[in-house]
Amino acid sequence: MPVLVLDGVTHLYNKGLPTEKKAIENINLSVEKGELVGIIGHTGSGKSTLMQHLNGILKPDTGTVIVDGADIWGNKKAVREARFKVGLCFQYPEYQLFEETVYKDIAFGPKNMGLRDNEVNKRVLRAADYVGLSRELLDKSPFDLSGGEKRRVAIAGVIAMEPKVLVLDEPTAGLDPRGRDKILDMIKNYREATESTVLLVSHSMEDVARVASKVLVMNKGKVEMFGTVEEVYAHSGELRKIGLNVPQVSKVFEILKSKGLDLGTVYTVDKAAQLILERGGAVK
Amino acid sequence: MIRDITIGQYFNSTSPVHRLDARMKIILTLIFIISIFLCKNFASLGLMVAFAFFIVLLSKVPLKMVLKSMKPIAIIVVFTSLLNIFYIRGGTPLIDWKFIHITSNGIFTALFMAVRIASLVVVSSMLTYTTTPTMLTDGLEKLLSPLKLFKIPVATLAMMMTLALRFIPTLVDEIDRITNAQKARGANLDDGNFIQRVKALVPIIVPLFISSIRRAYELADAMDCRCYTGGPGRTRMKQMKFHASDFVSLGIMAIFIAGIVVLNHFFGAVLVK
Ligand SMILES: Nc1ncnc2c1ncn2[C@@H]1O[C@H](COP(=O)(O)OP(=O)(O)OP(=O)(O)O)[C@@H](O)[C@H]1O
Ligand SMILES: [Mg+2]
Repeated sequence: MPVLVLDGVTHLYNKGLPTEKKAIENINLSVEKGELVGIIGHTGSGKSTLMQHLNGILKPDTGTVIVDGADIWGNKKAVREARFKVGLCFQYPEYQLFEETVYKDIAFGPKNMGLRDNEVNKRVLRAADYVGLSRELLDKSPFDLSGGEKRRVAIAGVIAMEPKVLVLDEPTAGLDPRGRDKILDMIKNYREATESTVLLVSHSMEDVARVASKVLVMNKGKVEMFGTVEEVYAHSGELRKIGLNVPQVSKVFEILKSKGLDLGTVYTVDKAAQLILERGGAVK
Repeated sequence: MIRDITIGQYFNSTSPVHRLDARMKIILTLIFIISIFLCKNFASLGLMVAFAFFIVLLSKVPLKMVLKSMKPIAIIVVFTSLLNIFYIRGGTPLIDWKFIHITSNGIFTALFMAVRIASLVVVSSMLTYTTTPTMLTDGLEKLLSPLKLFKIPVATLAMMMTLALRFIPTLVDEIDRITNAQKARGANLDDGNFIQRVKALVPIIVPLFISSIRRAYELADAMDCRCYTGGPGRTRMKQMKFHASDFVSLGIMAIFIAGIVVLNHFFGAVLVK
C-alpha cells in the first residue's frame, strides 16, 4: 500500500487577489513505502509548494492528500498527526534554530509529540548519530556552529520525530562539496537503517541520481515525469527543454559515445570512474 | 493574520493618483484627514465618502485590496461603535429599558465614528498603495527639510523610515516561513491558555530577531560598500517636480473642502445638545 497519495492537488497563492498564482495544478502522485524519491524542477516550478502540502502546512484548494491511508484534512486531529507522520525540513532550515543548546533544539519536535523524557533523550541521541553530530556539540549553542553543522542540527530536529516520511527541501543548497556529500550520505544511511520513505528536493540531477530510487520532475506546477532514475534521465532532450540538465558526466559519456567510444550510461562521477576503470581492466 | 497588514504596501499601476508628486499627495492626504473631522452632518459625510470612493476608483487599486486594509481595524470600529451607542446621551431617547438607554445621539455618533475611522484608514492606505516607499520618504524629507534649521537630521530620519518600510514585507515573509518551519516540528500555536501561547511564540521570535540582526549588519555593510555617508551633500537621482496635474488636484481638493463647509452650513449639525 502506498504511504503517500496525492489526488488532483491544486494550490493557488493569494486566491482572489490580482496577484493570484497557480503554484501547482492537478498533482497526482503515489509513493510506496521505503522509496527515496528525488524531486527536481526549474526554480519556481512548485516543488516547495508541493512539499508543504504533504504535512498540512498548506491546504490544497482542490484535491486530497492521503498519508498512511488517512486523508490529512479529514478532521482536525488528522492534520496534527500528519505533522508527525511526515517530517518536513524546509529550505535553509538553519534559520529556524532557537534553543540555548543543540540538544534542546533537536528535542523540540519530540517534546511537542508529548513523549516521555527518556524517550525524547533516546531519539535526540539517535538523530544526532544519524546526522553525524558528536556528543560534545550537543551542549553547545546552535548559534556557535558552522553553517553545515547548523543544517545538520536542523535536519536532526526533524529526524528525531521519527516520521514515516521524511521530506527534505534542498538540504544541500549553499553547502560546499564536502558538506553536500556528508548530507547525501547521511540521507542514504538514514533510509537504509530506518526503512522509511524519503522525499528529497534538489536542483542537482547528479545528487538525485546518487541517492534516489525514483525521480519526480516538476515543470510549471505540473508533474512532467515520474519514474526510475534510468527512465527519467533517458529523456535528456525533454529535460533540457524545461531548463534542466542531465549531469555533466552523462553528457561527457554521451559525447564519447557519439565519437565511437561506448562506455554505457552513467549519472554519477563515482559510477563513471568505476566504468572507466573496468574498461581499462583495473577492476575485475 | 499577519498577511492582513497592508501598511507600506504598494500597488503597482499607472493612474492619475500614482503620477501625482509625493509631496502633494502627502499634503492632500493630510487635508483630507482634517476634512474627515470637519463633517458635521450626513450630507457632508456623504460627500466625503463619495470623494474617497472617487479617489479609490481613480487610483485603479482593486476595491478588494482596499477593503483588506480595513480588516485589522474592523474590531476597533465595531467596539467603539457599540460603546457609543450605549453610552452617549442626548437627543431623542429611542430605547429606555432597565439599564439600556439608547438615544439618537448615540446612534449618530456611532455611525459617524465608524465611517470616520474607515475613511481614515482607506485614505491613508491610498497614500501607500499609490506611492512607492522611496517616493514617500523622499517627499517627507522634502516637506520636513525646514526642520534642518533646528539641527534635526531630516535626511537620516527619512532614510531610516525608507528602510523600515522596505523591510515590513520581508519581515512578514520571514515570520511566515519560521512559523511554518516550527509548525512542521509540531509547535502548537493556536491552543492553550495565555501563558502557553506567549511561550509558544519563543521559537518564532528568537530566529526572527537573529535573522533581523544579521540582515541589519549585511545591509550596513552593503551601504558602506557603496560609500553611503548620509548627511549633507547627498543628491538624488530622481528630482521631484510639481506638474500641472498637482495643482489641478489641489484645486479639486479646495472645491471639496468648500463643498463640505457649505453642506455643514446648510444642513446644520446632526447632534443635538
Ligand atoms: N507565499 C507565496 N505567495 C505567492 N506566491 C508564491 C508564494 N510562494 C511561492 N509562490 C509562487 O509559486 C510558485 C512556486 O513556488 P515554489 O516555491 O513552490 O517553487 P520551487 O520549485 O520550490 O522553486 P525553488 O527551486 O526556487 O525553491 C512560484 O512562481 C512562486 O513565485
Ligand atoms: Mg523551493
